[in-house]
Amino acid sequence: MRKEYLKLEKVEGPLIVLSNIENVAYDEMVEIKIDENEMRKGKVIKIEKDKVVVQVFEGTAGISTHNARVKFLGEPLKLPLSKEILGRTFNGMGEPIDGAYQVISAHKYNINGRPINPVARKYPRNFISTGVSAIDALMTLIRGQKLPIFSGSGIAHNELAVQIVKQAKIEGANSDNFAVVFGAMGVRHDDASYFMRSFEAAGVLDHVVMYLNLADDPITERISTPRCALTAAEYLAFEHDMHVLVILTDMTSYSEALREISSSRGEVPSRKGYPGYLYSDLSTIYERAGMIEGKEGSITLIPILTMPNDDITHPIPDLTGFITEGQIVLNRELNQKGIYPPIAILPSLSRLMKDGIGEDYTRKDHADLASQIFSSYSKVQDLRSLAQIIGEDDLGDVDKLYLKFGRAFEEKFVAQSSFENRSMIETLNLGWKILSILPQSDLDRLKPEQIKKYYKGKKE
Amino acid sequence: MEYLDKQFGVIELINGPVVKGSQMASFKVNEMVTVGERQLIGEVVSLEGDIATIQVYEETEGLKAGEKITATGSPLSLHLGPGMLGNMFDGIQRPLKKIEEISKVFIPEGIGLLSIDEDKEWEVKLAVQKGDVLKPGHVYATVQETLSILHKIMVPPYLKEGTVVEVKPDGKYKLKDVVAVIEGKDGQRSDLTLMQKWPVRRPRPSGKRVPIYKPLVTGQRVIDTFFPLAKGGTVGLPGGFGTGKTVTQHQLAKWSDADIIVYVGCGERGNEMTSVLEEFPALIDPRTNRPLMERTILIANTSNMPVAAREASIYTGITMAEYFRDMGYDVAIMADSTSRWAEALREISGRLEEMPAEEGFPAYLPSRLAQFYERAGCVETLGGEEASVTIIGAVSPPGGDFSEPVTENTKRFVSAFLALDKKLAYARHYPAINYLTSYSAYIAMLEEWYKENVAEDMLSLRSKMIRILQEEEKLNEIVQLVGEDVLPNDQLLILEIARTIKKAFLQQNALHKEDTYVSLEKQYKMLVVIWTLHESTLACVKLGIPISTIRKQSVFEEVIKMKYDVPNNRIELLDLLCEKITLSYDALRQKYQ
Repeated sequence: MRKEYLKLEKVEGPLIVLSNIENVAYDEMVEIKIDENEMRKGKVIKIEKDKVVVQVFEGTAGISTHNARVKFLGEPLKLPLSKEILGRTFNGMGEPIDGAYQVISAHKYNINGRPINPVARKYPRNFISTGVSAIDALMTLIRGQKLPIFSGSGIAHNELAVQIVKQAKIEGANSDNFAVVFGAMGVRHDDASYFMRSFEAAGVLDHVVMYLNLADDPITERISTPRCALTAAEYLAFEHDMHVLVILTDMTSYSEALREISSSRGEVPSRKGYPGYLYSDLSTIYERAGMIEGKEGSITLIPILTMPNDDITHPIPDLTGFITEGQIVLNRELNQKGIYPPIAILPSLSRLMKDGIGEDYTRKDHADLASQIFSSYSKVQDLRSLAQIIGEDDLGDVDKLYLKFGRAFEEKFVAQSSFENRSMIETLNLGWKILSILPQSDLDRLKPEQIKKYYKGKKE
Repeated sequence: MEYLDKQFGVIELINGPVVKGSQMASFKVNEMVTVGERQLIGEVVSLEGDIATIQVYEETEGLKAGEKITATGSPLSLHLGPGMLGNMFDGIQRPLKKIEEISKVFIPEGIGLLSIDEDKEWEVKLAVQKGDVLKPGHVYATVQETLSILHKIMVPPYLKEGTVVEVKPDGKYKLKDVVAVIEGKDGQRSDLTLMQKWPVRRPRPSGKRVPIYKPLVTGQRVIDTFFPLAKGGTVGLPGGFGTGKTVTQHQLAKWSDADIIVYVGCGERGNEMTSVLEEFPALIDPRTNRPLMERTILIANTSNMPVAAREASIYTGITMAEYFRDMGYDVAIMADSTSRWAEALREISGRLEEMPAEEGFPAYLPSRLAQFYERAGCVETLGGEEASVTIIGAVSPPGGDFSEPVTENTKRFVSAFLALDKKLAYARHYPAINYLTSYSAYIAMLEEWYKENVAEDMLSLRSKMIRILQEEEKLNEIVQLVGEDVLPNDQLLILEIARTIKKAFLQQNALHKEDTYVSLEKQYKMLVVIWTLHESTLACVKLGIPISTIRKQSVFEEVIKMKYDVPNNRIELLDLLCEKITLSYDALRQKYQ
């Protein structure tokens, strides 16, 4: 029988402090029984001599220094996992909240995981076709990649995430052996139910595992939610060879929870009050995506974050961008123009794209086509600001063509309905069709033979 | 060596990677210790009374107060000897391949101290005979470690001068086998093996510094021609995310004409290190015709690996670089990224509850950065050879804002600054090195070398190009207000030529077979082509020929595409292109006269 401690020294924010404690390990789980009926969980986050600081997952409301019995469980938070988790819904600590039984498994998995050895990784190469033109052509998603969606509040990021889940298709063997792991941190009830309904409508619910921490759930559980989700993903991918797509939303709520706990611990803050270890902490989440040499499965990670005040230099998107392999940036202006998906092309990027497209994967001209679209569209932006000053009529003829190209690109190429699933070839052909608005001589990133084959405009 | 009784301390406090222990008065600062029952590796960072503060290089989950801390008696040191090239290590020189053998996919804690393989037998040639006098830094044996690199085994700097009294014949030996014995003047004998130990935080000694005079040729046009790097120099490479820092670092690691490359992936992505591991063995060094991996050492502390080891990884890298420098090699070390290292300092400093300075960074950030960059240099080694260490440090400024402390302080200690620019990257202008705000203080020091080895007018052509680009920048401000059409012809020409410089010369395609590496000779000829184009078209403009007509000449397009169309082994085609330009515009002028 483990010892129970009856007296707390201090209760502050999500933390409780106990003294005269023996034999406690760092990161160990703790059970707290309040008034003999309510059970909460916590973990050890600091040990100082015989004093221990415990972070309570469900919050400290209702705890006094004398009404709690505290028991140390001797191990970190571990999840029992089996293939039965598919189709189930859990809370942020991996406990079932769908009314069904707890998952039974002989082996339990530490939710903190351990870093993947870089020499054991397999470099991700196969693309995932999402059916969304802007993503497929210009920021191709690769199996095993971590590609976040940078959004703002009120922008259609949830729709885009659902569309990706519904339409994602991979080539080759083992392609139906897929699963979706959904981790929600601090999202609203209607957002969570939107995801659930959409998964159901798409008929994939049997392949989905959900870890939900809703907006009114305790913030401390937000810290464990993505870790539970990724532990489940690692289990499915590396022990059952499944291709796992992990959606984590919203990383901003997660980081804010981290900040709240950090400040109640009295830590020295760094930028905007976030703790100095935000980067290391985020990386222990994002870096769990990937593929492993000798294993069939993969973890593709799409975290969603809302940029506070649409500011891409805010610490959360900024640090995320330094860890992830690119980013899909959504833009409020496009969203207001009614363009769905409102993907801002220029700041978006997929770092792994270069190795997963081209002759062996998509089509030979893909890389050059993408590069040309980026370069031409970036010129459109310059001309638009010029046109605002001198008026569109005073622009040169070629410049007018650029504006036409820009409009067609946004309205026909980027925009598509949330049910439209364009194949990779359709997307590339559409790209050529729109580029053909521009004179041939302006297409300096394309090779002559490509222009000959695909260019539809006036040939020179 | 004096016999050390095993010393123990007791864990008092655990806070992430920071642990405090009591009863540790006999421990030393920077001493390596093992922490707890699982023997995690740590380093003493400060002492107060009998309380020691330790940073732990491994995950501390499960550690308990009251567990033991054991002294090892020596500071964090590297094993330096054959077996480093072509390998990947973690931040404290543990080979990741070996860790994979022990633990499969994931990196656990408590696997203890590993280092280069002590069981491998090397084919050793002894270079000394009985009676030879050896000083520190002198070579007594060699091992052909890879086909491109001869590993010279040197007398460690901590030994005194001595006479060889015993020497083994050539043959196969392991790292710890004694291959020779020297006797000092005081009669003390020292065994010489194939390896030596060196503490990472102490710079390895060398002879006097040699002024910088040779460039580090990278094959990247914007660097070699516009902002040349020097062997023994220091380079800062700042850029926000998505500006191509890592691609640029990889390009430098691939194509720099250094003998040895040490690549430190400090707090970066796991997949990037994997891609280096996959890509480099297949790439061929244009100078030696051997795989690039044979001259490369990789150190990986990916962002999710323990933060304290990230702090150490930079020192591990530079110590390895200095060791190869001592053999007489030109070494380049790439640190990607120093910001992650600075953030690791900040994170640990925060856990130590030190008083923060700017943006939460510790007050000693500038001095640590200075100490690191000062370990670069062109020197005469103890063995009397000329050798160098070049440091190329990537910086990841938060939000791409160059006024933050790490970028600002790096700027103070480096002499070349290659600023990566978000706007260029958005337009997919790669490498996105800003040609107006970057600088290289080595231009003056390298002038002689360029004149002698490339061409007399290389640097003057460079200045002319830069002037055109600056001019364009000014004109662009006007264009943004009123459009291009109002500009007079000669100014329009500046815009066209500036565009040509950017497209044909500054932009370089890392993925293109011919364009990924370009020799200095070809770079020079390309400059000449562009300048010829400028001169010929300027003459046309003076005659009043409209820009659109000038632009329509097919030779103009040829200039823009020359980087792809002229293969590296046929650069004489560029001379022909120059002639063609002159002829073509002469003909055009004649039509108008």
